[in-house]
Amino acid sequence: MKVDTIDRRIIAATQGGLPLTPAPYAEIAGWLGLSEQEVIARLAAMQDRGVIRRIALAPNHYALGVTANGMSVWDVADDRAAALGERVGALDFVSHCYLRPRALPDWPYNLFAMVHGRDRAEVEAKREEIAALLGDACRARDILYSTRILKKTGLRLKEG
Amino acid sequence: MRRAPLPPDAIDATDRQILNLLQDGFPLTPFPFRDTAARLGIDEAALIARIRNLREEGIITRFGPFFDAEAMGGAFCLCAMAVPGVRFEEVVTLVNAHPEVAHNYERAHRLNMWFVLATDTPEGIETTARAIEGETGLRVLRFPKQREFFIGFRVQA
Repeated sequence: MKVDTIDRRIIAATQGGLPLTPAPYAEIAGWLGLSEQEVIARLAAMQDRGVIRRIALAPNHYALGVTANGMSVWDVADDRAAALGERVGALDFVSHCYLRPRALPDWPYNLFAMVHGRDRAEVEAKREEIAALLGDACRARDILYSTRILKKTGLRLKEG
Repeated sequence: MRRAPLPPDAIDATDRQILNLLQDGFPLTPFPFRDTAARLGIDEAALIARIRNLREEGIITRFGPFFDAEAMGGAFCLCAMAVPGVRFEEVVTLVNAHPEVAHNYERAHRLNMWFVLATDTPEGIETTARAIEGETGLRVLRFPKQREFFIGFRVQA
């Protein structure tokens, strides 16, 4: 089991964000009837297991002017896709990067990378950087721009 | 969420330093604001006040742990459909009615509807995708992730 009941309570208490007080982990511990030490140790352990990706701040990239994005998709040779995917994901303008199955004949692409920029021209320029990085391992490519948000709900975990 | 860019003078150089530094991580220490403030050369109370203000202004979308929902037992799948233009609004209503549809975007492509299914169990993905196919008479292409890569995404403030 990756998370136990106490982990889940810590997750539920922090999924809205950390409290803005000088000792936030002690504050959470107080809510849950745990010690500060245990909260810190459990958060650290969840980070080690990959349940927590990072503890950090996410700026609203729209507010900072990074308002354009496109879902770039690539048909990358299977034997090179994992190594190249690592390099694409590490680029600072890519916010999501996944290998997914193709759906032939409709969909030949296996590498998905969400590309962000200040405008569409910048997104297209970044896309060329990815193309250069993939080189001859890439057989076909496309980019899908969103034209409308049809639904957007936060993913929130039930307290278990 | 705020989608319009800020006027250039809305945040100062210290705010920008905070936004840049804290994207890289926040310490798991008893007094993490004090430790971070020391690195920025400001005091703890000022750092907390600035983060609070940035959050209230919608310049921070999240401050805290980022969870891998899949690691906690949920299942996710990106799905796509090619919806005929004349049926688009009808199909949006049918698809969005499923609470398992977490988000849904119209995209400029023959596959013009892209949504993410989020369910408590892996079986829930198939059940929901088949239900949508039954209700719409359209194929739901499933693109489960086979591998996720570490993300270096960073916005320069």
